[in-house]
Amino acid sequence: MAEKKETAKRTRKAPSSQLGHKPQWNKLRLPETDQGTVVFSTDPLIIKNHYEIDYIHSYAEDSPFFIGLSQGRLMGSECTGCRYKYATPRAYCMECGKKTKWIELPLEGKVHTWTTCYFGSEAFLKETPFNLVLVEFPGINTLLLARMIGVTQEELRVGMKIRAQFRRNSRFDPTDVYFVPAEPVTKREGTV
Amino acid sequence: MRPVYMISGGITKFSKANPRQSFRLMVKESFDYALRDVPMLRRAMIDGSVGSYFSDHFTRQLKAATMVQDFLGLCPKPSKRIEGGGATGGLCFQAAWEAVASGRMDCCLAFGFETMSHVNTWKGNEFIALASDTNFDYPVGGFYSGYYAMMVVRHMYEFGTTVEQLAMVSVKNHKNALHNIWAQKHLDLTIEDVRNSPLVAYPLTMLDICTMSDGAACCILASEKVAEKVCPNPVRVIGIGTGTDAMRMADRPHGEVLLLKHEDPSWYKNLKYPGVHSFRAGRNATRLAYEHAGIENPLEDLDFIELHDAYTSSEIQTYEDLGLCRYGEGGKFIESGAPALGGKIPVNPSGGLIACGHPVGATGLMQAVFAFWQLQGTVAKHNNGDAKIQVKPKKKSRPMRGLIHSHAGTGTYVTVSIMESTS
Ligand SMILES: [Zn+2]
Repeated sequence: MAEKKETAKRTRKAPSSQLGHKPQWNKLRLPETDQGTVVFSTDPLIIKNHYEIDYIHSYAEDSPFFIGLSQGRLMGSECTGCRYKYATPRAYCMECGKKTKWIELPLEGKVHTWTTCYFGSEAFLKETPFNLVLVEFPGINTLLLARMIGVTQEELRVGMKIRAQFRRNSRFDPTDVYFVPAEPVTKREGTV
Repeated sequence: MRPVYMISGGITKFSKANPRQSFRLMVKESFDYALRDVPMLRRAMIDGSVGSYFSDHFTRQLKAATMVQDFLGLCPKPSKRIEGGGATGGLCFQAAWEAVASGRMDCCLAFGFETMSHVNTWKGNEFIALASDTNFDYPVGGFYSGYYAMMVVRHMYEFGTTVEQLAMVSVKNHKNALHNIWAQKHLDLTIEDVRNSPLVAYPLTMLDICTMSDGAACCILASEKVAEKVCPNPVRVIGIGTGTDAMRMADRPHGEVLLLKHEDPSWYKNLKYPGVHSFRAGRNATRLAYEHAGIENPLEDLDFIELHDAYTSSEIQTYEDLGLCRYGEGGKFIESGAPALGGKIPVNPSGGLIACGHPVGATGLMQAVFAFWQLQGTVAKHNNGDAKIQVKPKKKSRPMRGLIHSHAGTGTYVTVSIMESTS
């Protein structure tokens, strides 16, 4: 019904190119805009091409992990078959295929490995330098990737005792948890 | 499955940016190069193609491989796109092998390209980082150089690998590339140069890491019947292997080593494997390819290797996955000179990704083209007469053999393919 109305309206407003009229070609014009194009080069022609999108992203079966972060808890998975324990959510066990259940991870662990990034993807470039760590937890079979603050590249080391902290204003992404030293910080002796 | 031969290959010169050619024209240029090398092959004899490019973000064009297919005049023949991160090119090569080995095609074109210059380097790094788990890894600071840095830090911790050993890989590969006209970078470096270049992610510097590139490459694979007809010195594909590992490197197990035939379990009694220091996918690809090709001991049975050195550290890790040395001895292996030109087993005589460039979808095919020329003994012909990087066959008792290795993500997909000379 609505569609029909639309059509009718448009027909009424149709320009002089209607049947029976001589088209006035010199009066047919796209409306002009001020929407020009950024040009970098004309040999070859290189222009700026913008692209942006917002997704309606669901964390689906992994949602409790992110909810957990907002409540100051680290949620992992434990296999109900082989008892393998994962430091990140995994609805089914990678080792045996059985269903897992949610478990709460300890908030203290150790640095399994680390780096300090002086460059980064564009999205994180302004945050450089920043530290990344893979965290090992006692009794848990896999690791967790996180940011680490409160230490410099000269101080970070494999085996350092660290503790989870949580953002007060959650972003509901994995940066809601980050790690800080849980032992006195000194200059590292070896290379790693 | 029936025997498969590589009968020709072609590449464009990789560059930081090639705005004068679209991806279609770049592939066409490499395709025409390959066709000129086998004049008896008529285009009508090509039964179909497999196309590879990594990122829809870089291309900003879905179904780009279709546009190559029509540009090359191959419609309505069969074609498909293969995508597998950094291993895209290696997987494409193997998909073309499958098409011929299965009897579906007598002649299959594998083409690949990437146009990474269409965004700035740091945006490009962001696109690449989208090939890590976007729920758990990317938002934390998604940056592949950071991921590889963490892997090598653990390698250094476990095995005592040094930053100088990493730098030696960069020096070696760049030196090889001084004699490769196709290489993107021609740099004569010292260990100090590598260490003094800006730190990207500790301990990796700018010169430990490959750059972004624009480029394309083509390989033509064929059955024995077609190969005999059109190519006087084809190269036979004798081994195909592929492996995978968990997307999140944090999820990798700490278990037992997957052993190769020449390895002894007592070597690795105390090693937790793969952890984040080794690539289980690389080892599995190696195991399958060696089994297929009948490789008992790689140092004896192979003449050279072109491997995926996106990072100097991953070259060292890959020596171990390929069984060129024991796990943990990769650092000492580069120090020994074994992977240098004229060494026990030259690795990346072309200069590898670090010097030749890494236009992702083309990279694995570029390795195949370099290996093909090596095994034909035609490096000089394709290299302005310079034969410095031409590897000499190790033994008269068997045909010359080369291995190519393509690697994705933090070791999520890895391919190993082995080729053998017929001349
Ligand atoms: Zn299980």
